[in-house]
Amino acid sequence: MISSLQDGYGGYLVLLAIAALAHEPWRWLGFVLGRNLRSDSEMFLWVRTVATALVAGLVMKLIVFPAGMLAAVSAPVRAVALAAALTFYWLGRRSLAMGVAGGSAALAMVEWLRSSW
Amino acid sequence: MTPKSAVPAKPMPSDDMSAGAPAWCREAHKGTAFARGLAVVFSTPGIVLFLTAIGFGTLVRDAGMTLGHAMFLSLAMYALPAQVMVVDQLQRGATLLAVAFAVTLTAVRLLPMTVSLQPYIRSPGSSRLLQFAAVHFIAITSWIEGNRRLPYVPEPLRLSHFLGIGMGMVAATASGSAAGVLLAARLPLTVQAALLFMTPLYFLLSTMAAAASRRDWLAIILGGGLAPLVYLWLPQADLLIAGVAGGTAAYFAGRSRR
Repeated sequence: MISSLQDGYGGYLVLLAIAALAHEPWRWLGFVLGRNLRSDSEMFLWVRTVATALVAGLVMKLIVFPAGMLAAVSAPVRAVALAAALTFYWLGRRSLAMGVAGGSAALAMVEWLRSSW
Repeated sequence: MTPKSAVPAKPMPSDDMSAGAPAWCREAHKGTAFARGLAVVFSTPGIVLFLTAIGFGTLVRDAGMTLGHAMFLSLAMYALPAQVMVVDQLQRGATLLAVAFAVTLTAVRLLPMTVSLQPYIRSPGSSRLLQFAAVHFIAITSWIEGNRRLPYVPEPLRLSHFLGIGMGMVAATASGSAAGVLLAARLPLTVQAALLFMTPLYFLLSTMAAAASRRDWLAIILGGGLAPLVYLWLPQADLLIAGVAGGTAAYFAGRSRR
């Protein structure tokens, strides 16, 4: 059991405090700052571009420096699976379902083959 | 209702959308718009979110936390990267202050997302309180889906539609993480890894699918390329630096080519 997270209500209070004080305020601030933003302004375009770059950055971080069980899969296997996902996505004529399913299935299969040899 | 048919070429948010609007928009009731938003959970992004939340649930179980904790975090935060951060940090015995600091750094990305989705969810005649409530549902999946779908929905229905999308996605996250806690001991490690791999794949492919201009593609390439490099140098602020630097460079490069 985690030392700083007690049983019962205490643990939930800790999680609620982290969510409300460290996480949610960024959404509230975005609500306030975005109130007068027009969707045809240059500022809007810039914020959107930054948000897109942030998402792409998070993607590469999750793939290059993964957490949890994914970290046990070697980098070359992850790279092969990423290439497979992009290939399935294009073969499926830009199908999200094909890309995601094909890429993760490739990861599982290549990892399974590698570990059973 | 496949995601593809609902998403023709991307127009500017201010254009007249009636041409590309989904058929259900003709009925023009807020209840319909909300229900159609809820139904998005049954398309690819909702299913991927559910499956990745299973991965999060196995992590929670690994860390010795409970089913209640997993679902509570999903409802209160509704952002898997931050949820993973909380569990990971607590498991490593970090102090609560350190956990809060790490969480707040992963949450900074919600700021530009919320700002840029505002023009879409500010439906005329809707209550401020509902608009404020809607920002809780802004996380990567619902931001991507909001950006893809809302421009085609008539303005008065956008807030209701987004609230539906958000609530459906929160439900997918909470139920998926519950399933993960329950299944954790039975899933082979390879399957758990494959489930965790789905998140970045979905984020990447849906960002690519939504890319409409040279500027968007530059943002994807620069942001994706910079983040791992910055991570090696400043792991705490990598996304912020990569996002602002890569995004700003893409913004100016895309503009000068016009």
